[in-house]
Amino acid sequence: MKFGILVNEGPYQHQASDTAFNFTKAALDKGHDIVRVFFYHDGVNNGTRLTTPPQDDRNLVNQWSELAKEHELDLVVCVAAAQRRGIVDEDEAKRHGKNADNIAEGFHISGLGQLIEMGIKADRVMAFGD
Amino acid sequence: MLHTINKSPFEKNSLDTCLRLAKSGSEILLLEDGVYAAIKGTAVEPKMRQALSDYTVYALGPDLKARGIEEDRLIDGIEVVGYDGFVDLAANSDRVQSWL
Amino acid sequence: MGNGAKKFMYVNRRAPYGTIYALEGLEVVLIGAAFDQDVCMAFVDDGVFQLKKGQDTNESNMKNFSPTYRALGDYDVNKLYVEKESLEQRGMSEDDLLELTYEDEEDDYKEKPSIRIVNKEELADLMEQQDVILNY
Repeated sequence: MKFGILVNEGPYQHQASDTAFNFTKAALDKGHDIVRVFFYHDGVNNGTRLTTPPQDDRNLVNQWSELAKEHELDLVVCVAAAQRRGIVDEDEAKRHGKNADNIAEGFHISGLGQLIEMGIKADRVMAFGD
Repeated sequence: MLHTINKSPFEKNSLDTCLRLAKSGSEILLLEDGVYAAIKGTAVEPKMRQALSDYTVYALGPDLKARGIEEDRLIDGIEVVGYDGFVDLAANSDRVQSWL
Repeated sequence: MGNGAKKFMYVNRRAPYGTIYALEGLEVVLIGAAFDQDVCMAFVDDGVFQLKKGQDTNESNMKNFSPTYRALGDYDVNKLYVEKESLEQRGMSEDDLLELTYEDEEDDYKEKPSIRIVNKEELADLMEQQDVILNY
Protein backbone atom coordinates (compact mmCIF):
# COMPACT_ATOMS: atom_id res chain seq x y z
CA MET A 1 0.00 0.00 0.00
CA LYS A 2 1.17 3.53 -0.79
CA PHE A 3 1.02 6.07 2.02
CA GLY A 4 1.38 9.83 1.75
CA ILE A 5 2.42 11.56 4.98
CA LEU A 6 1.51 15.16 5.80
CA VAL A 7 3.27 16.85 8.73
CA ASN A 8 1.67 20.12 9.82
CA GLU A 9 3.61 21.02 12.95
CA GLY A 10 7.25 21.64 13.78
CA PRO A 11 9.32 19.36 15.97
CA TYR A 12 9.18 19.57 19.79
CA GLN A 13 6.31 22.07 20.10
CA HIS A 14 3.86 19.32 19.16
CA GLN A 15 4.05 15.54 19.09
CA ALA A 16 2.86 15.52 15.48
CA SER A 17 6.29 15.09 13.92
CA ASP A 18 7.17 12.27 16.34
CA THR A 19 3.93 10.45 15.57
CA ALA A 20 4.40 10.96 11.83
CA PHE A 21 7.95 9.65 12.08
CA ASN A 22 6.94 6.58 14.10
CA PHE A 23 4.06 5.86 11.72
CA THR A 24 6.30 6.22 8.66
CA LYS A 25 8.91 3.91 10.15
CA ALA A 26 6.28 1.31 11.10
CA ALA A 27 4.76 1.48 7.61
CA LEU A 28 8.17 0.97 5.99
CA ASP A 29 8.93 -1.93 8.36
CA LYS A 30 5.71 -3.57 7.19
CA GLY A 31 6.78 -3.26 3.57
CA HIS A 32 4.49 -0.37 2.60
CA ASP A 33 5.63 2.41 0.28
CA ILE A 34 5.87 6.05 1.32
CA VAL A 35 5.02 8.18 -1.72
CA ARG A 36 6.23 11.37 -0.05
CA VAL A 37 6.43 13.15 3.27
CA PHE A 38 5.10 16.67 2.85
CA PHE A 39 5.83 19.34 5.46
CA TYR A 40 3.30 22.17 5.66
CA HIS A 41 2.33 24.98 8.06
CA ASP A 42 4.88 25.02 10.92
CA GLY A 43 5.82 21.51 9.81
CA VAL A 44 8.42 23.16 7.55
CA ASN A 45 10.48 23.70 10.72
CA ASN A 46 11.30 19.99 10.63
CA GLY A 47 13.58 20.83 7.73
CA THR A 48 16.15 23.16 9.31
CA ARG A 49 19.60 21.72 9.96
CA LEU A 50 20.27 24.49 12.52
CA THR A 51 18.22 22.61 15.11
CA THR A 52 20.34 21.74 18.15
CA PRO A 53 18.25 19.98 20.80
CA PRO A 54 19.84 18.99 24.14
CA GLN A 55 22.14 15.95 24.01
CA ASP A 56 19.77 13.76 26.01
CA ASP A 57 16.82 14.39 23.67
CA ARG A 58 15.99 12.99 20.25
CA ASN A 59 17.06 14.96 17.19
CA LEU A 60 13.96 14.79 15.03
CA VAL A 61 15.48 16.61 12.07
CA ASN A 62 18.35 14.12 11.93
CA GLN A 63 15.92 11.23 12.37
CA TRP A 64 14.00 12.34 9.28
CA SER A 65 17.23 12.88 7.33
CA GLU A 66 18.51 9.43 8.23
CA LEU A 67 15.24 7.69 7.47
CA ALA A 68 15.12 9.49 4.12
CA LYS A 69 18.64 8.31 3.30
CA GLU A 70 17.94 4.74 4.29
CA HIS A 71 14.67 4.45 2.35
CA GLU A 72 15.15 7.11 -0.35
CA LEU A 73 12.19 9.05 1.01
CA ASP A 74 10.99 12.18 -0.74
CA LEU A 75 10.90 14.82 2.02
CA VAL A 76 9.24 17.94 0.61
CA VAL A 77 9.02 21.26 2.42
CA CYS A 78 6.32 23.59 1.08
CA VAL A 79 7.92 26.66 -0.46
CA ALA A 80 5.21 29.17 0.49
CA ALA A 81 5.08 28.01 4.11
CA ALA A 82 8.89 27.83 4.22
CA GLN A 83 9.34 31.39 2.95
CA ARG A 84 7.09 32.72 5.70
CA ARG A 85 9.07 30.86 8.35
CA GLY A 86 12.62 31.30 7.11
CA ILE A 87 13.43 27.82 5.85
CA VAL A 88 15.64 28.24 2.79
CA ASP A 89 17.82 26.19 0.49
CA GLU A 90 20.63 27.51 -1.68
CA ASP A 91 18.39 28.45 -4.60
CA GLU A 92 15.82 30.17 -2.42
CA ALA A 93 18.56 32.07 -0.58
CA LYS A 94 19.92 33.35 -3.89
CA ARG A 95 16.52 34.22 -5.25
CA HIS A 96 15.59 36.27 -2.20
CA GLY A 97 19.02 37.76 -1.49
CA LYS A 98 19.54 35.97 1.82
CA ASN A 99 23.06 35.40 3.11
CA ALA A 100 22.50 31.83 4.33
CA ASP A 101 20.47 28.70 3.84
CA ASN A 102 19.39 26.19 6.45
CA ILE A 103 17.71 23.25 4.74
CA ALA A 104 18.60 19.90 6.31
CA GLU A 105 19.99 16.93 4.42
CA GLY A 106 17.41 14.89 2.54
CA PHE A 107 14.78 17.66 2.54
CA HIS A 108 13.96 19.77 -0.48
CA ILE A 109 11.77 22.78 -1.05
CA SER A 110 8.99 22.55 -3.59
CA GLY A 111 5.47 23.76 -4.32
CA LEU A 112 2.10 22.94 -2.80
CA GLY A 113 1.29 21.02 -5.95
CA GLN A 114 3.45 18.24 -4.51
CA LEU A 115 0.90 17.82 -1.71
CA ILE A 116 -1.97 17.42 -4.17
CA GLU A 117 0.10 15.07 -6.30
CA MET A 118 0.83 13.04 -3.17
CA GLY A 119 -2.92 12.79 -2.57
CA ILE A 120 -3.44 11.59 -6.12
CA LYS A 121 -0.64 9.00 -6.03
CA ALA A 122 -1.13 7.63 -2.52
CA ASP A 123 -3.72 5.06 -1.47
CA ARG A 124 -4.00 6.79 1.91
CA VAL A 125 -2.99 10.24 3.08
CA MET A 126 -2.12 10.43 6.76
CA ALA A 127 -2.20 13.91 8.29
CA PHE A 128 -0.32 14.68 11.49
CA GLY A 129 -0.69 18.05 13.15
CA ASP A 130 -2.17 20.10 15.95
CA MET B 1 -13.32 4.67 7.68
CA LEU B 2 -10.65 5.37 10.27
CA HIS B 3 -10.94 8.50 12.39
CA THR B 4 -8.02 9.64 14.51
CA ILE B 5 -8.26 12.00 17.47
CA ASN B 6 -5.14 13.54 18.99
CA LYS B 7 -6.74 16.06 21.35
CA SER B 8 -7.62 15.75 25.01
CA PRO B 9 -11.44 15.71 25.31
CA PHE B 10 -11.05 17.95 28.35
CA GLU B 11 -9.48 20.72 26.25
CA LYS B 12 -10.82 20.52 22.69
CA ASN B 13 -14.00 19.45 20.92
CA SER B 14 -12.36 17.07 18.40
CA LEU B 15 -13.84 13.99 20.06
CA ASP B 16 -17.35 15.50 20.10
CA THR B 17 -17.14 16.53 16.47
CA CYS B 18 -15.82 13.15 15.45
CA LEU B 19 -18.64 11.37 17.31
CA ARG B 20 -21.17 13.71 15.68
CA LEU B 21 -19.91 13.07 12.13
CA ALA B 22 -18.47 9.54 12.10
CA LYS B 23 -20.75 6.91 10.64
CA SER B 24 -21.71 3.96 12.78
CA GLY B 25 -19.28 1.07 12.24
CA SER B 26 -16.25 3.32 11.81
CA GLU B 27 -12.97 2.84 13.64
CA ILE B 28 -11.69 5.52 16.00
CA LEU B 29 -8.06 5.68 17.10
CA LEU B 30 -7.12 7.81 20.10
CA LEU B 31 -3.52 9.01 20.03
CA GLU B 32 -1.27 11.70 21.50
CA ASP B 33 -3.38 13.70 24.01
CA GLY B 34 -6.46 11.99 22.57
CA VAL B 35 -5.67 8.92 24.72
CA TYR B 36 -7.00 10.73 27.81
CA ALA B 37 -10.49 9.94 26.47
CA ALA B 38 -9.82 6.23 27.03
CA ILE B 39 -9.58 6.41 30.83
CA LYS B 40 -12.21 4.95 33.18
CA GLY B 41 -13.90 7.11 35.79
CA THR B 42 -13.64 10.43 33.98
CA ALA B 43 -16.40 12.85 33.00
CA VAL B 44 -15.94 11.63 29.42
CA GLU B 45 -16.47 7.93 30.21
CA PRO B 46 -20.27 7.87 29.62
CA LYS B 47 -19.74 9.43 26.19
CA MET B 48 -17.07 6.86 25.36
CA ARG B 49 -19.23 3.97 26.55
CA GLN B 50 -21.97 5.21 24.25
CA ALA B 51 -19.43 5.52 21.41
CA LEU B 52 -18.33 1.94 21.94
CA SER B 53 -21.77 0.72 20.92
CA ASP B 54 -21.41 2.41 17.52
CA TYR B 55 -17.68 2.29 16.83
CA THR B 56 -14.58 0.20 17.40
CA VAL B 57 -12.28 2.30 19.55
CA TYR B 58 -8.51 1.93 19.77
CA ALA B 59 -5.86 3.75 21.79
CA LEU B 60 -2.20 4.04 20.82
CA GLY B 61 -0.15 2.07 23.37
CA PRO B 62 3.08 4.09 23.21
CA ASP B 63 1.11 7.29 23.91
CA LEU B 64 -0.69 5.68 26.87
CA LYS B 65 2.65 4.53 28.28
CA ALA B 66 4.30 7.92 27.77
CA ARG B 67 1.52 9.47 29.86
CA GLY B 68 1.65 6.86 32.63
CA ILE B 69 -1.75 5.41 31.83
CA GLU B 70 -1.85 1.71 32.73
CA GLU B 71 -4.02 -0.53 30.58
CA ASP B 72 -6.16 -1.56 33.58
CA ARG B 73 -7.30 2.07 33.80
CA LEU B 74 -8.90 1.92 30.35
CA ILE B 75 -12.61 1.68 29.63
CA ASP B 76 -13.53 -1.93 28.82
CA GLY B 77 -13.74 -2.55 25.11
CA ILE B 78 -11.05 -0.11 24.07
CA GLU B 79 -8.31 -1.96 22.26
CA VAL B 80 -4.65 -0.98 22.59
CA VAL B 81 -2.52 -0.96 19.42
CA GLY B 82 1.08 -0.05 18.62
CA TYR B 83 2.33 1.91 15.60
CA ASP B 84 2.22 -1.30 13.56
CA GLY B 85 -1.44 -1.68 14.50
CA PHE B 86 -2.02 1.97 13.57
CA VAL B 87 -0.55 1.24 10.12
CA ASP B 88 -2.83 -1.80 9.74
CA LEU B 89 -5.89 0.22 10.74
CA ALA B 90 -5.05 2.87 8.14
CA ALA B 91 -4.30 0.30 5.45
CA ASN B 92 -7.50 -1.65 6.11
CA SER B 93 -9.88 1.34 6.07
CA ASP B 94 -11.13 2.92 2.86
CA ARG B 95 -10.12 6.39 4.00
CA VAL B 96 -8.70 8.22 6.98
CA GLN B 97 -9.88 11.39 8.62
CA SER B 98 -7.53 12.98 11.16
CA TRP B 99 -9.54 15.32 13.39
CA LEU B 100 -6.63 17.69 13.90
CA MET C 1 -12.87 16.55 -14.70
CA GLY C 2 -10.55 13.94 -16.14
CA ASN C 3 -11.09 10.22 -15.83
CA GLY C 4 -9.76 8.78 -12.61
CA ALA C 5 -10.09 12.09 -10.78
CA LYS C 6 -9.99 11.64 -7.04
CA LYS C 7 -12.45 13.16 -4.62
CA PHE C 8 -10.72 15.61 -2.28
CA MET C 9 -12.45 17.14 0.72
CA TYR C 10 -10.82 19.97 2.62
CA VAL C 11 -12.28 20.11 6.11
CA ASN C 12 -11.95 23.50 7.79
CA ARG C 13 -12.44 23.52 11.54
CA ARG C 14 -10.47 26.62 12.54
CA ALA C 15 -11.39 30.25 12.80
CA PRO C 16 -9.43 32.72 10.64
CA TYR C 17 -6.68 35.05 11.98
CA GLY C 18 -6.16 33.42 15.41
CA THR C 19 -3.99 30.85 13.65
CA ILE C 20 -2.73 30.53 10.08
CA TYR C 21 -4.46 27.22 9.33
CA ALA C 22 -7.42 28.78 7.50
CA LEU C 23 -5.26 30.96 5.25
CA GLU C 24 -2.74 28.24 4.38
CA GLY C 25 -5.57 25.74 4.00
CA LEU C 26 -7.15 28.00 1.40
CA GLU C 27 -3.83 28.16 -0.45
CA VAL C 28 -3.89 24.37 -0.78
CA VAL C 29 -7.38 24.50 -2.27
CA LEU C 30 -6.39 27.14 -4.82
CA ILE C 31 -3.24 25.29 -5.91
CA GLY C 32 -5.13 22.01 -5.91
CA ALA C 33 -7.71 23.42 -8.32
CA ALA C 34 -5.13 23.22 -11.13
CA PHE C 35 -5.01 19.43 -10.78
CA ASP C 36 -8.48 18.82 -12.16
CA GLN C 37 -9.70 16.71 -9.25
CA ASP C 38 -13.18 16.55 -7.75
CA VAL C 39 -12.86 19.06 -4.93
CA CYS C 40 -15.17 20.16 -2.15
CA MET C 41 -14.75 22.02 1.12
CA ALA C 42 -16.47 21.43 4.44
CA PHE C 43 -16.80 24.04 7.16
CA VAL C 44 -17.28 22.55 10.59
CA ASP C 45 -16.93 23.89 14.14
CA ASP C 46 -15.01 27.21 14.19
CA GLY C 47 -14.36 26.76 10.46
CA VAL C 48 -17.74 28.39 9.80
CA PHE C 49 -16.25 31.68 11.07
CA GLN C 50 -14.02 31.72 7.98
CA LEU C 51 -17.06 32.50 5.85
CA LYS C 52 -18.43 35.30 8.08
CA LYS C 53 -19.07 38.38 5.99
CA GLY C 54 -17.78 41.83 6.86
CA GLN C 55 -14.22 40.85 7.85
CA ASP C 56 -12.02 43.95 8.18
CA THR C 57 -8.39 43.62 9.22
CA ASN C 58 -7.37 47.26 8.75
CA GLU C 59 -6.82 47.91 12.42
CA SER C 60 -5.19 44.57 13.21
CA ASN C 61 -2.63 44.84 10.39
CA MET C 62 -3.19 41.27 9.20
CA LYS C 63 -3.87 40.13 5.67
CA ASN C 64 -7.61 39.99 4.97
CA PHE C 65 -7.95 36.83 2.93
CA SER C 66 -11.73 36.78 3.08
CA PRO C 67 -12.07 38.10 -0.53
CA THR C 68 -10.13 35.04 -1.73
CA TYR C 69 -13.13 32.82 -1.00
CA ARG C 70 -14.96 34.73 -3.74
CA ALA C 71 -12.39 33.50 -6.27
CA LEU C 72 -13.08 29.83 -5.50
CA GLY C 73 -15.96 29.69 -7.98
CA ASP C 74 -13.63 30.74 -10.82
CA TYR C 75 -11.35 27.84 -9.85
CA ASP C 76 -14.24 25.35 -10.14
CA VAL C 77 -14.36 24.95 -6.38
CA ASN C 78 -18.08 25.34 -5.98
CA LYS C 79 -19.13 22.84 -3.34
CA LEU C 80 -18.70 24.54 0.02
CA TYR C 81 -20.59 22.50 2.61
CA VAL C 82 -21.34 24.32 5.85
CA GLU C 83 -22.53 22.18 8.74
CA LYS C 84 -25.86 23.42 10.06
CA GLU C 85 -25.18 22.26 13.63
CA SER C 86 -21.88 24.19 13.78
CA LEU C 87 -23.60 27.36 12.53
CA GLU C 88 -26.41 27.05 15.05
CA GLN C 89 -24.05 26.38 17.96
CA ARG C 90 -22.41 29.70 17.11
CA GLY C 91 -25.65 31.65 16.86
CA MET C 92 -25.23 32.09 13.12
CA SER C 93 -27.35 31.55 10.05
CA GLU C 94 -26.75 31.59 6.30
CA ASP C 95 -27.36 35.35 6.32
CA ASP C 96 -24.12 35.85 8.26
CA LEU C 97 -22.07 34.20 5.54
CA LEU C 98 -20.39 35.56 2.42
CA GLU C 99 -22.49 35.32 -0.71
CA LEU C 100 -20.38 33.01 -2.85
CA THR C 101 -21.43 32.00 -6.32
CA TYR C 102 -20.17 30.19 -9.40
CA GLU C 103 -21.23 30.02 -13.02
CA ASP C 104 -22.65 26.63 -13.90
CA GLU C 105 -21.19 25.69 -17.29
CA GLU C 106 -23.70 22.89 -17.67
CA ASP C 107 -26.66 25.17 -17.08
CA ASP C 108 -26.09 28.10 -19.47
CA TYR C 109 -23.56 29.71 -17.09
CA LYS C 110 -26.27 30.52 -14.60
CA GLU C 111 -24.98 32.00 -11.38
CA LYS C 112 -25.53 29.60 -8.51
CA PRO C 113 -24.67 29.66 -4.81
CA SER C 114 -21.50 27.74 -3.83
CA ILE C 115 -22.42 27.50 -0.16
CA ARG C 116 -24.67 24.62 0.74
CA ILE C 117 -25.91 24.19 4.29
CA VAL C 118 -25.92 20.51 5.22
CA ASN C 119 -26.84 18.73 8.42
CA LYS C 120 -24.52 16.35 10.24
CA GLU C 121 -25.98 13.24 8.58
CA GLU C 122 -25.54 14.71 5.10
CA LEU C 123 -21.99 15.75 5.90
CA ALA C 124 -21.18 12.31 7.31
CA ASP C 125 -22.43 10.75 4.05
CA LEU C 126 -20.32 13.16 1.99
CA MET C 127 -17.20 12.30 3.97
CA GLU C 128 -17.71 8.61 3.26
CA GLN C 129 -17.60 9.37 -0.49
CA GLN C 130 -14.14 10.97 -0.45
CA ASP C 131 -10.77 9.57 -1.43
CA VAL C 132 -8.64 12.14 0.37
CA ILE C 133 -9.72 14.19 3.38
CA LEU C 134 -7.46 16.98 4.57
CA ASN C 135 -8.20 18.74 7.83
CA TYR C 136 -7.14 22.23 8.77
